[in-house]
Amino acid sequence: MSGGLRRPVEPTPLRAQGEQPKLALRQVVKAYRSAAGERMVALDDVSFDVHSGEFLCLLGPTGCGKTTILNILAGLERPTSGEVLLDGAPIPGPGPDRAVLFQEPALFPWLSVVGNVEFALRLIGVPHGERTERAMDWLEKVNMGRFANAQPHELSAGMRQRAALARALACDPDVLLADEPFGALDAQAREVLQRELERVWSEGETRKTFVFVTHNVREATFLADRVLVMSAPPGRLLEEQRIYASRPRRLDDVLLTKVASDIHEYLVREVDKVVARETGT
Amino acid sequence: MSRARRALDEAGPVLTAIGTALLLWIVVAAIWPSILPSPLSAWRALRDKIADGTIPEATLKTLIRLVFSFVAAILVGTLIGMGLAASDFARRGFGKLIVALQVIPSPAWIPLAIVWFGATERAVVFVAFVGAFPSVTLATMASLRQVPPLLQQAGRTLGAKGWALYGSIIFPAALPGYVAGLQQAWGFAWRALMAGELVVSAANAVGLGHLLVRSGSDLALLLAVLAVIMLIGVAVDLFVFGVIDRRIRRRRGLVIA
Repeated sequence: MSGGLRRPVEPTPLRAQGEQPKLALRQVVKAYRSAAGERMVALDDVSFDVHSGEFLCLLGPTGCGKTTILNILAGLERPTSGEVLLDGAPIPGPGPDRAVLFQEPALFPWLSVVGNVEFALRLIGVPHGERTERAMDWLEKVNMGRFANAQPHELSAGMRQRAALARALACDPDVLLADEPFGALDAQAREVLQRELERVWSEGETRKTFVFVTHNVREATFLADRVLVMSAPPGRLLEEQRIYASRPRRLDDVLLTKVASDIHEYLVREVDKVVARETGT
Repeated sequence: MSRARRALDEAGPVLTAIGTALLLWIVVAAIWPSILPSPLSAWRALRDKIADGTIPEATLKTLIRLVFSFVAAILVGTLIGMGLAASDFARRGFGKLIVALQVIPSPAWIPLAIVWFGATERAVVFVAFVGAFPSVTLATMASLRQVPPLLQQAGRTLGAKGWALYGSIIFPAALPGYVAGLQQAWGFAWRALMAGELVVSAANAVGLGHLLVRSGSDLALLLAVLAVIMLIGVAVDLFVFGVIDRRIRRRRGLVIA
């Protein structure tokens, strides 16, 4: 088992010789101008690959640029410099081939739950007559069939995120991008949804490529094939950790617990360093 | 609370207020009948003028003018508002200009309207139009700009772009604010139209405002026409915009003010 925690990330950890990564970031830099006109670096020279069918977690403290990476992969933001590739070609604007689960469910409040899923189906060109049936199938898969006709505001936070998951899956994307989708949920709802997410992801005929952003170490180790740890701002990749536990996983898996505590320790040291730097001690 | 109970709860204060106002009216009318005719004589005047067709005809003519000016205000205001929402530059410049236009009380446009169109139907419609369109413009701009970026991003990642993004995400998301703006604009249009009809009066012009002018010293009729003007204003506000607004808000789980 490789992956000592102090090993810095190599830019191109190709799984097999010659295999094209599904997603690739090459020396990506993202800088903003702050309101005061200062140049703020959100991402500083970030490079990594995501392989087809891989479940990758980006883990890091708040403000480390995880969300920026996700938005760049989604096509919602452009990097200041560097390359972002999808199947070897530069990423175009946003599109349904890369579905996004946002921190908030982002359901359309004027549509019912099933209406939200049908909306996604309409945009990928599913004919009118088939939409309701297919939307219902997706809702059943995330156990939301009973709430198909509810309005989003009538649902709990967890159920809204489930509906958003159904809508994202309905696009039949190659890539799923998730930005702390369970961050606002209580611990129980989060566990249930993590398990369902793992099930839905591993059940599909062809596994979707998943990039999942979180600051929750246990969530990352439970879900991911590979965890990339990011630094406090400006965002850099610090560590890579492969997780070999078989699926379906158990939250109390001994191996996962060990990996989680390793990563946790590492992060604590990182945060300490930042605190020391900021307070000048 | 049951439905009936809630209706009573809402109607109670309103009915009490109306009752009190009527009572005051009766008392004042009993003391100074030459200044204020009684509710009963106003009611008789209303009944007679409805029966002989005067009030229905005037109401119809007025409402036709209103529809013309309000529809024009909605079309023009919505288009300009969309433009202002799309361009930051335009918003900071022309947006201010529209705010300035809205500050002008609509009767102040009447002299200009008469110079441009003469004492005609078109002058009246114009006054109501300028009274309403700045309000539609500003509401369109504000409601479009307040659409949560998250919903737009969600729409874009699902594959909506260009006009489809506008039609399927941005407009529906802006709808509650837009409808509230139309409700306000309707109030402006109605008041401006009355002002226009009061001042601009072609020979044989028919309308509620004209009827008001011509009722002269017939105070009972004057009050009856005032009541019609008020009732139309309230009815459209409550039963058209109020109902639409409540339906939209309930569907989205927004607070019903």
